[in-house]
Amino acid sequence: MSQGTAIETGPGPAAAAAPAAAGPSRAPWWRGPRLRQNAEVTILLAPALVLFAGFVLIPIVIAAYYSFYNWSGYGPLNQPIGLRNYSFAFRDPAFIHAIEHTLIITVASVVIQGPLSIGLALLLNRKFIGRTFLRTVIFAPYVLPPAVTGVMWSLILQPNGFADQVLRALGLGGLVQLWLADPHIVLWTNFVVLTWQYLGFGIVLLLAGLQGIPAELTEAAAIDGAGPWQVTRRITLPLLAPTIRIWAFITVIGSLQVFDVVWILTEGGPAGSSGTIATYMYLNGVEATDFGFGAAIAVILFAFCFVFALVYQRFALRRDTRGALTRAVG
Amino acid sequence: MMNRRVVAALVAAATASLALAACSSSGPASSNASGSGSSSGSKVTLTWWNNATNQPLLGVYTSAIKGFEASHPNVTITNVPIQNELLQDTKIPLALEGSNPPNIYQQWGGGVLGQQVTSGKVADITSEVASWIGSVSGASGWQSGGKQYGVPVDLHVVGFWYRKDIFTKVGITVPATLAQLESDDARLHAAGYAPIAVGSKDRWPDAFWWEYFALRDCPQATITSSIGSKSFGDACFSKASTDLAAFLKTSPFQAGFLGTSSQQGAGSSAGMVASGKAAMELQGDWDPSVMQGVSTNKDLPSQLGWFPFPQTPGSAGSQTAVLGGGDGFSCTGPQAQAQACAQFLQYLDSPAVQQQIVGPGASGEPVVASAASAIKLPATQTAAAYFKTAAYVQLYFDTALPTKPGQNLDTAIANYFSAPSTGTASSIANSAQTP
Repeated sequence: MSQGTAIETGPGPAAAAAPAAAGPSRAPWWRGPRLRQNAEVTILLAPALVLFAGFVLIPIVIAAYYSFYNWSGYGPLNQPIGLRNYSFAFRDPAFIHAIEHTLIITVASVVIQGPLSIGLALLLNRKFIGRTFLRTVIFAPYVLPPAVTGVMWSLILQPNGFADQVLRALGLGGLVQLWLADPHIVLWTNFVVLTWQYLGFGIVLLLAGLQGIPAELTEAAAIDGAGPWQVTRRITLPLLAPTIRIWAFITVIGSLQVFDVVWILTEGGPAGSSGTIATYMYLNGVEATDFGFGAAIAVILFAFCFVFALVYQRFALRRDTRGALTRAVG
Repeated sequence: MMNRRVVAALVAAATASLALAACSSSGPASSNASGSGSSSGSKVTLTWWNNATNQPLLGVYTSAIKGFEASHPNVTITNVPIQNELLQDTKIPLALEGSNPPNIYQQWGGGVLGQQVTSGKVADITSEVASWIGSVSGASGWQSGGKQYGVPVDLHVVGFWYRKDIFTKVGITVPATLAQLESDDARLHAAGYAPIAVGSKDRWPDAFWWEYFALRDCPQATITSSIGSKSFGDACFSKASTDLAAFLKTSPFQAGFLGTSSQQGAGSSAGMVASGKAAMELQGDWDPSVMQGVSTNKDLPSQLGWFPFPQTPGSAGSQTAVLGGGDGFSCTGPQAQAQACAQFLQYLDSPAVQQQIVGPGASGEPVVASAASAIKLPATQTAAAYFKTAAYVQLYFDTALPTKPGQNLDTAIANYFSAPSTGTASSIANSAQTP
């Protein structure tokens, strides 16, 4: 390409022949636009790639490797057992329950936290006195470390604790439950605390999305006679959809991996009734010092997250991320 | 619009990579600082991991360090108290897999010690302790393959810690049999107390209950061989499960016991006894110090009493066997560190320090008999006196077994507590065998 251009722009055939052979009109190789571009890309990407490989790709490969061994963590890896860790996991009712609980939390997060976040974001997007204060209040739980959230709620929810006292003071004593001890309730207790913690995050994300919707569109619709519901339904929500899709993605991945709050509140108990895949992994892999088995659970969890991420990218996020995550457009 | 999409895409990409990273989750081994020093005269720095996070034992350990450093000027010891469950279940195993484990770490002997030895990191201190280990009771529990891999600094017995003032108020006496315990429970219930507190969230306190029924229902030989073969299929263990289920039916525990932790905060089972919400608790003799750490009740030492697990007449086991164990420490690192560590352990087992550990430190029974007189707490004195007369001392099953079978047994017992049935009973029988 560049040679052709040089010939076309050259002063004449005789003059053109010499430059084409020796190339004095072109920049030296270290200044060549392509090489320079490549060098720039390499230099800028290399640190990120090294970190990504060192802290993401290699650990995944190592975890997969460990998962084929019976390994207590002490001493060398010398007991290969093939797929026994995997087959044992899927034959363990506690693991099947952990998968069920994880899926329940994931679906409930999207189905319950989603509409709640959207509704509150729409509300907080309106102008009213105390809006900034309310936004801060709602976002505050997300800023708390999950460990603090866990400890705080385990105190609030203990029998005759703050939650029970408040309910009794409101005349709702009949609703008092053994929040952290009743196997039928404890999963939902965890879900409520998780919602308390992460609702603010969804709201802030959606608020940012709402800021990006031009006021002209909603004003024009209002002038054309659209009511508030129609404006929300036909203008705001469709334009908010890319943000909602990203929120759902983050929420599902986060829910599949949920660990810290659940571990501190209940350790997945009583009798595994609130155990998630991650708490099962910690209990049976780390606490029981069976790292080969723990690695197998980690690989299974990774597979869940990865398959979801791929499918979701392919079908839901594709139009939002076209050109950024897929091949270059144009 | 375009910008927002780019940002959204970046968020998506970042999230995906984070998700993958989190999913892969192979935890890094925790590390700790430790100095170097190869010859005996040069500086040696030791890191000491223990579970004495609360006073009074924390203060006793701190002054023990000062005392040792004064007589060994080349040795510096850094005290790192770590919450018990975190230390036992997570920090120590991970540290032993890493390249830089703590030089002195707490260790409860038995099958878990045997497993830790396979890491190759635990120092064999047989020759370092040979001259004095003979005078330490219970030291054989810290051996593996005939070699000394650790040294106990105190011994423990599991029994009932009860509130004498509540017993008096309700008009009940210390129960000698299970039937008496059940009738005491009923009286306490009627008076508005939680009769017995248990920290089922931690699972191992549940295991104490099942194991005591097993001690009463099974001959010692059966227990020893079952732990060795990691199988609790003998009929006497299913009798223990049935006995436990019958006892659970009497609702002896506090409301919501399945979600209660044993040692953390005023709402824990220890906190409930300390604050007088519950009348008793089946726990090891570290319980009084745990109670003091989570309560402001200054009268507690005089209010606490102790009695052994009641007798269950007509059973095949021993009526006076006790469940127990001890706190010990193991050494890691090169020769200089291991040597200094062994010297420090010898110092901890010297009569003067032993008196501090069991006296002001209130940490169970001494490993040197002469120090027993230093025990201050009347309740612990009662426990220590009974400890000497016990038919035999059985190490907690989860410690006697290697880690995984031990943890599985605890989990199976906790599941049984949650819903006693023939199904959960048979998973106790097989729990220790799962791969």
